[in-house]
Amino acid sequence: MNFIKTALTGTVAAAALGSAAFAQDCPIKVGVLHSLSGTMAISETTLKDTMEMLVAKQNEAGGVLGCDLEAVVVDPASDWPLFAEKARELLTVHEVDVIFGNWTSVSRKSVLPVIEELNGLLFYPVQYEGEESSKNVFYTGAAPNQQAIPATDYFLEELGVEKFALLGTDYVYPRTTNNILESYLQDKGIAEEDIFVNYTPFGHSDWSKIVADVVALGADGKKVGVISTINGDANVGFYKELAAAGISAEDIPVVAFSVGEEELSGLDTSNLVGHLAAWNYFMSADTAENETFIADWHEFIGSEDRVTNDPMEAHYIGFNMWVNAAEAAGSTDVDAVRMAMYGQEFPNLTGGTAVMNVNHHLSKPVLIGEILEDGQFDIISQTEEVPGDAWTDYLPESAVLKSDWKDLECGMYNTETETCVQLKSNY
Amino acid sequence: MKRALIIALATLCLGTQLLAQDTADPAPDTDLGPMQQVLQENAELIVESSRRTIGPAIDAVANSELEAASFVLETWAAREMYQRTSDGLFFAAEETGDDIFTLTDFDSGDVVGESPDDDLEQIKPNSGIRGLIGTALVSFQLNDPDPEKREDAISSLERRANADLLAPLRASIEPETDPALRARKIRTERLLTIAYDPDEAARIAAIEEMSGDLGVDVRATLNPLVATTIRAYPDGVPDDVNVAYTLRPGSDELPRMDAYAMTDGPAIVSPDDIRAALQANIDGGSVGGIPVAQLSDPARREAAYAALAEAGTVPPRPTEADIDAALDATTFAAIYAEPSAAVTAAAEDALSAIDTNVGFNQMLDLGLDALSLASIYFLAAIGLAITFGVMGVINMAHGEFIMMGAYTGYVVQQVIPNHTTSIIVAIPLAFAVTFAAGVALERLVIRWLYNRPLETLLATFGISIALQQLAKNIFGTQARPLTSPDWLGGAVVLNDVVSISTVRIAIFVLALIFLGVFLFIMKRTRLGLETRAVTQNPGMAGAMGINPGRVNMLTFGLGSGIAGIAGVAIGLYAQVTSEIGQAYIVQSFMTVVVGGVGNIWGTLLGAGLIGTLHKGIEWFNPSNTLAAQTYMIIFIIIFIQFRPRGIIALKGRAAGD
Amino acid sequence: MQRSFLMKNPSIMVFLAVLALFTIVVTIGSEAFGAGFVSTSFVKTLGKTLCLALVAVAMDLVWGYAGILSLGHFAFFGLGGYMIGMWLMYERTKEIVAASMAEAPIPPTPQEIVDGIGTQIFGVVGSAEFPVIWAFADSLFLQLVLVVAVPGLLALIFGWLAFRSRVTGVYLSILTQAMTLALSLYLFQNDSGLRGNNGLSGLQNLPGLDDISQDFVSMWFFWGSALALALGYVFAAWIVSGKFGSVLRGIRDNEARVRFLGYSVEGYKLFLFTVTAMIAGVAGALYYPQAGIINPAEIAPIASIYLAVWVAIGGRGRLYGAVIGAVFVSLVSTFFTGGQAPDIDLGFYRIQWVDWWTILLGLSFVLVTLFAPQGMGGLFDLITGRRHPERHGADLGPDKGSLQEEEAER
Repeated sequence: MNFIKTALTGTVAAAALGSAAFAQDCPIKVGVLHSLSGTMAISETTLKDTMEMLVAKQNEAGGVLGCDLEAVVVDPASDWPLFAEKARELLTVHEVDVIFGNWTSVSRKSVLPVIEELNGLLFYPVQYEGEESSKNVFYTGAAPNQQAIPATDYFLEELGVEKFALLGTDYVYPRTTNNILESYLQDKGIAEEDIFVNYTPFGHSDWSKIVADVVALGADGKKVGVISTINGDANVGFYKELAAAGISAEDIPVVAFSVGEEELSGLDTSNLVGHLAAWNYFMSADTAENETFIADWHEFIGSEDRVTNDPMEAHYIGFNMWVNAAEAAGSTDVDAVRMAMYGQEFPNLTGGTAVMNVNHHLSKPVLIGEILEDGQFDIISQTEEVPGDAWTDYLPESAVLKSDWKDLECGMYNTETETCVQLKSNY
Repeated sequence: MKRALIIALATLCLGTQLLAQDTADPAPDTDLGPMQQVLQENAELIVESSRRTIGPAIDAVANSELEAASFVLETWAAREMYQRTSDGLFFAAEETGDDIFTLTDFDSGDVVGESPDDDLEQIKPNSGIRGLIGTALVSFQLNDPDPEKREDAISSLERRANADLLAPLRASIEPETDPALRARKIRTERLLTIAYDPDEAARIAAIEEMSGDLGVDVRATLNPLVATTIRAYPDGVPDDVNVAYTLRPGSDELPRMDAYAMTDGPAIVSPDDIRAALQANIDGGSVGGIPVAQLSDPARREAAYAALAEAGTVPPRPTEADIDAALDATTFAAIYAEPSAAVTAAAEDALSAIDTNVGFNQMLDLGLDALSLASIYFLAAIGLAITFGVMGVINMAHGEFIMMGAYTGYVVQQVIPNHTTSIIVAIPLAFAVTFAAGVALERLVIRWLYNRPLETLLATFGISIALQQLAKNIFGTQARPLTSPDWLGGAVVLNDVVSISTVRIAIFVLALIFLGVFLFIMKRTRLGLETRAVTQNPGMAGAMGINPGRVNMLTFGLGSGIAGIAGVAIGLYAQVTSEIGQAYIVQSFMTVVVGGVGNIWGTLLGAGLIGTLHKGIEWFNPSNTLAAQTYMIIFIIIFIQFRPRGIIALKGRAAGD
Repeated sequence: MQRSFLMKNPSIMVFLAVLALFTIVVTIGSEAFGAGFVSTSFVKTLGKTLCLALVAVAMDLVWGYAGILSLGHFAFFGLGGYMIGMWLMYERTKEIVAASMAEAPIPPTPQEIVDGIGTQIFGVVGSAEFPVIWAFADSLFLQLVLVVAVPGLLALIFGWLAFRSRVTGVYLSILTQAMTLALSLYLFQNDSGLRGNNGLSGLQNLPGLDDISQDFVSMWFFWGSALALALGYVFAAWIVSGKFGSVLRGIRDNEARVRFLGYSVEGYKLFLFTVTAMIAGVAGALYYPQAGIINPAEIAPIASIYLAVWVAIGGRGRLYGAVIGAVFVSLVSTFFTGGQAPDIDLGFYRIQWVDWWTILLGLSFVLVTLFAPQGMGGLFDLITGRRHPERHGADLGPDKGSLQEEEAER
């Protein structure tokens, strides 16, 4: 037994040495960790298709480092523990060089310990609640200051909203986002009693009472606005009830953080015209890059009806940045690519350039769109590029934290005590 | 006094400077029309398009006293105003060809030419700006011959008014011919009087007139009048403020520490502050004479802080006695923002009258919501009441029959675009599809398992997950639209508190119809008689010449068919996804069990109980819908302990085992 | 005594031998202790599968032997996981917080450390306070006691209420389903004190053992799971082998008759329900540290239905059947979700297994219930030559359980 072990260790070591001598193993494997079955398949299947499209296009363009890319697709089936298991499988069995995946925050938190333990690399494409920084994760979706805060500012300044209803599905993203917003609104002088918070379960369908409650908020003469972090299907029932109650965007505007082109395709939008959504990308963005992207997408998926959305753009930017970083580093080694990622630039689909910062977040413009009759968004506000902030400035315990993986090599650096609170991320 | 003088002087200087700048500008291009000039002067603001800064631009247009003003504002609000990139001029533009726009000049109202898409920048006012424009348009539109424009004006007034508009509104009431608009104008006039009229007596009269009115707008006008802020007065409350009531520190409204923070005593030092202060004053391994290593003990920390305070390095901490003394010396009072005591008193009276009324109506609304929810549960459960309640078959795939019905509705709507026709076609079709599926399920699977009810549960569960996945494969995972026809799209509004959407009423009616159909079939038809016979004793029924197999098949098909129709109804108000059935299956089973198996009235009562309970708990805890569901299920579990056979329990032989 | 019990049940010896062999093979193949042809992620999968097999044994006891179709045993499984998860999370966070605070110029007070842990753990749900239910989270021993005590107590209360009012058959199934639904909805709330939808995560990292690779940790848990399964299996076999087991089967086949014979049917059922809940709790406590995260979705009603399905597929009323069912379904689903199964091109349509395997699974439930009521365990009867009465067709008498058509024709 002992002998076998020693012998085997020897062989493994030799093999490791051997492989290090080659510059690059071909093909380069790209892990895709998106649920293809279960509740989250609704959103995540599209991203899997996007990744396959991007990989195919990159291979047409000659691959990376002279190698073809190969997408390894696994199905974590919307089961959070399975995400951890599949991530381990991708990293140890398939030995992928990078993973693109996850949608929900729980699934990300499930994957984090595995990725950090095995020093993998994950690109996470969805808008999220922040308050996290992992050495091994690049967050290409929006942090709260790239979506929630600008949208709230828009409500306060452009629409003159004085009373807020924060409606959300009961899980971590709405909870944390609403916490941040509550604190932010109070900073801005909105009284605590002028903020109404409600959480509903996933897939909630009985909205009549909640919509009535929101209307009743207007009773003290302040302009009411709804900030919705309602997720997925539940939006359909919510907007239907809103439309049935005859609430127009002029009376009570609703800005949603989780409603994009994809979600609207399940709805008749004629009664929702004028309600808002905040994202970093809308399909209606008028640029040449976007036109090409949409054309490629339609060609790949074989249907002109399919829409594009924000997380798709996040994967588009993330993937291209990874390709460029790997070329720059001359290898797909995680640490080398990570160092090459800092300062990577790539043109946004909405115009301007996205930059990868040392806190693993992108600088991206924030767009606010009004819903149109055809289920698209009319972009009515587009900011300059906003750098994503891992730790929000509006909660006292996170305001002192910052993330800098390049120079400080710490994702949770306390600027007051000037110490690194922890190297691993909090999960 | 001196300060005021300086400010005045400064303002004057600034004013002259601005004036000087204005004159220094190049003389306006005389070729441009007067309105174009106004727009050009404000071009920067208009293009920037932000509610915070747009005010002067709107005012400039509205107060230009040009005839084109209202045309410009209307075009602007309708997002039809464009700026030509080449020369910066503004036009009303309309797309007349492929990417070709026809331009209309604001001053002349004439078509002045065409321009390609690329040369035009659309001005997109956001809804905040559109609101401001709407308010600016009010005085133009109040007496417009077009009733639609007059309606726009009133809508704008209802949303956002100011004191200046009260007079024009009053003047416009008399000439108003349309009775509906006239009523709205009068109502708005009353509300504006309450808010803006300088005459106190007129305001009180208006308040009294609106007392008891349920409208949100009335409360929205009255509530700001009675809004209070809590203030601290070290020397007693002065006479010139309108006091609502005085407060004692330590109450819920004014916690002791909050009250203390409003006084000007020394600030409270929190444990965090202590740590920070100690950290800042470490001196050679000790703070205030206490070694740093000992500072993990809170008592030692306080001692160290006290030593520092003694030495004067940090501010002292107020003692409990200090706090009490400071609080005793201060009066706390809630102060109305509105200075007139008579107005606030009238408003308080009016509001309390309204609140009673609102409370009553809220109960009514809650009752309607509960009824609506109950009817949805009933509709989802009625098919189950047949298959489970009458036949005793546990059909876990019942939810998937609901889903099949909903998808049938969606498919029909893809084929028949007219929503009304498509719903009329979809309902029988959904029945047919799910009836067929039910019969197939009964023939292929369930009839082999009549003696093994628990295994029926497993087999149908297998069918359930297979059907769900099949639906995903066919229709994709994204929710599909099932749109109700326009006549079902709105809501029946009793008043601003009580309203219910039409779809829900339709569902309620549908539930009643099914109750009738069920009773008819069971009590008045041959099939019903046979079903009841087979249910009670299949062997004996068989001996009487009834074919139990056929009866079971038809009954099961009927139950499934009704689930299909329920699916169309549910899809109209909620989302159509492959998981739609899952949301209802457990609730449906509970409805049937709570109500009492084998009795449709029991199912009705069960649905009523669950619906009411759900809404009742939600009312107690409005911010957490999830809690309502949890407590409801716990209640049901406890309820079943006491009535294990449900509300209406079958007795005697019919009860079976 | 013990020997004779084992001698009477040769299948136990066979099972234990197979389990031991399996454990040894995996150990030899593991990355930590052997050749490395079994990857660590697969070791974790296998370890988890053993835990699932254990809870399936518990389910078989309660359903296969006593006839109580509980659709809530995954609630107990999850509770066990939550209990151990609380300790794991608390201790791991405490290490991190203590280490970071030790760097501050002033040593932290005990309260500051607890507050720091609270902020870390509950930060995601926007709170920093420790709820009451975390009172024992700092003690491994107490939390281990809770692993059995909490599911046991819940089962005791629920079972007492349900059996006392003679809720049986499908009503009981629906009631247990309601229980697990209520529990999962409760835990979904962020105010429940167990981090709502986030659940407890990072459980695979054992406190104080940061330097030890998961290759080893996974093996420890694998062994632990194998041991627990062995003990649980022997315990279950012992329960059903004696007079107690006969009474249970009597209750399953005709509750009323057993009651008339003077047995306290409720007492037997309650005891079994509680004991199996405890076994489920232990299985959960071993499962979730391997899975890494537990959240309320784990105890949704569907999980418990799957549990019943495993037992049905494996063959209920025989303990090894439950194990076979759990292992088979869980490994098959790992295979298909891993994207390993090749697509089948039919020319006009391309069968992608991700889309179709659930349908296959669902249909296999139906087929097993219809055509193989004995489940996969029935295959062993073919070998041993045991035969079962064919109970198809309509009843020939007025009572349930009377001779049936096809049976009589035989």
